[in-house]
Amino acid sequence: MSELTLVQAVNRGLQQAMHDDGDVILLGEDIGLNGGVFRATDGLQKEFGAERVIDTPLSETGIVGTAIGMALYGLKPVPEIQFQDFIYPAFDQIVSELAKFRYRSGGQYPCHVVIRAPYGGGVKGGLYHSQSAEAYFAHTAGLKVVIPSTPADAKGLLLSSIYDEDPVLFFEPKRIYRAVSGEVPEGDYRVPLGEARVAREGSDLSVFAYGAMVHPALQAAESLAADGPSVEVVDLRTLAPLDEKTVLASVEKTGRAVIVHEAPRFCGYGAELGSLFAEKALFSLKAPIVRVTGYDTPFPYALEHLYLPNAPRIVHAIRETMAAG
Amino acid sequence: MTGEIVALPYERPALAQALGADYEERLLAAHHWMTLARELDSRMLGLQRQGRIGFYGPATGQEAVSVAAGLASRPEDWIVPGLREQLVALVRGHSLARYVHHLFANDRDPARGRQMPCHPTAREVKYVSMSSVVGTQITHAVGIAYGLKLRKDTGVALAFFGDGATSANDFHAGLNFAAVLSLPVLFCLTNNQWAISVPVERQTHVKELAMKGSAYGIPSRRVDGTDFVACYATFAEGLEAARASPGPLLAEFLLYRMTPHSSSDDPSRYQAPDWMAHALAHDPVRRMEELLTRLGILSDAAHTSVREEATRLVKEAIAEAESVGAPTPESMFTDILASGPLPVPPRSEPA
Repeated sequence: MSELTLVQAVNRGLQQAMHDDGDVILLGEDIGLNGGVFRATDGLQKEFGAERVIDTPLSETGIVGTAIGMALYGLKPVPEIQFQDFIYPAFDQIVSELAKFRYRSGGQYPCHVVIRAPYGGGVKGGLYHSQSAEAYFAHTAGLKVVIPSTPADAKGLLLSSIYDEDPVLFFEPKRIYRAVSGEVPEGDYRVPLGEARVAREGSDLSVFAYGAMVHPALQAAESLAADGPSVEVVDLRTLAPLDEKTVLASVEKTGRAVIVHEAPRFCGYGAELGSLFAEKALFSLKAPIVRVTGYDTPFPYALEHLYLPNAPRIVHAIRETMAAG
Repeated sequence: MTGEIVALPYERPALAQALGADYEERLLAAHHWMTLARELDSRMLGLQRQGRIGFYGPATGQEAVSVAAGLASRPEDWIVPGLREQLVALVRGHSLARYVHHLFANDRDPARGRQMPCHPTAREVKYVSMSSVVGTQITHAVGIAYGLKLRKDTGVALAFFGDGATSANDFHAGLNFAAVLSLPVLFCLTNNQWAISVPVERQTHVKELAMKGSAYGIPSRRVDGTDFVACYATFAEGLEAARASPGPLLAEFLLYRMTPHSSSDDPSRYQAPDWMAHALAHDPVRRMEELLTRLGILSDAAHTSVREEATRLVKEAIAEAESVGAPTPESMFTDILASGPLPVPPRSEPA
């Protein structure tokens, strides 16, 4: 075990995979000599060489398209998109190609690429260094979408993603790259994909969150511990495929659901969770489902503190839900 | 077909130089494949009109390039195709029966009828699955070439695309990456002068598309894409060069789209009537036949026999494909992910 920040845990996960498996190749902008703008790949080019840690020209479609070709050949490419906000030039490659290779080839060409991208707000990044685009990808059949919230999960989920056989979008909450640290197991530590984590047990209400939002959700729950409701916090960890069993078990137990994410509300990931609860757990619900999310606006620069959900907003939603029934 | 054709300018010594000492055998093999392709296009467009297959994208006019690529490439080379390269897969050994199952989108289609016709996958001959998005395959060839170079594999990635693709993002990203990373990619630009209804003059302001390769620092040339001998020499030379010293090359094959873009297209809306007369004079199959006849290696009887053989092969494949039913409904839900829950229809709907 070592005490690591989340970005250090990502780095150790990549290092472990590159050490254990010569097929693992990293490619992206500024990831080699510079070690990535967030230093997620720091030291890896020096350790594994420029053939396996590639500084590419500036083109996201080029990065992802090339990674797809590497995977078709049989390598295990892990491209980095410098900020998730810049993934859109590669959207065509991800949605039209990566997600569909296995299906359209009848299984002849599986295409295993793990795309890493820092995402989310809270770092004063404005419209183009703050977005949460997970719903676009969770909507697309053929992709897995994974978002860690702790250093241990960052390493464990990343290694599981690299040794999975399916395309994975691995989104890293940049706001807590350094703000959160924790014990991380050594070696080839893996956390299975497709399993949500009950981060805090409770009996009166369930808060569903992922990525950076798990932390204000936990703060909100703790702040109510003394004299408020008993709040459960479920960290989704894998958005696609969703661990329906764990989330339904939680909402059936508590009968109340608050869903938290940074992304805008309209057609956000919370809409899917809400529909799931309406379809499969309606008669367990004691109160309307409440969503605490970013607003249906572009991501603002000066006012990001008002845009992002935080513990007080979550506490308010919890109280509102408890009051409703 | 009638009308003058532009004869291929070869005598025997030039053919021996371009194709090797066994050039007669190679020319006859090429002619067999070109004849088969022409028969396939003609029958399939007809079947589409009768509603027996759903779509067809003919390659009439492009046979010389595909056959040359198929014959000049080696098993370790990878084919990353566009819409009109199915013939490359067949020449490399993909079975005609399997391809026709795919055209019928039946239960024996290797991809279970999931794609429109003319989008086959043939892993056994390293023929990569294509989407209908123009140009996205170009960067895939670059990534494959990265693997080939890293693993010191002697293969080369052949990326096929048309003139329209040279305006698309991945053309520029792909050429740039391949050049910067010195990768063994042969960019095969089949300039058939039309992107559906848009002529190449409206696609680019450069005089020759090959200049775009030069702009990325890639040795590039224009080749007569209706001349099998020139196409074969280009592939043989290009593949050898890319193997010897990994790095990209670009060949612009100038040719003519001698049919509509697809079974859904009507060129009378946008093509001048005399355009086709010019195209017919450059019909790669008739140019080949004129050469073979002039050399005295294809008698009338042999020619008839080649055509009859092609007719029989295609007819048999169609009969076999029509005897197979549609893919099972369950096949809609498989091959999406390797692991994880299978998608299921909502329980309110009948399964």
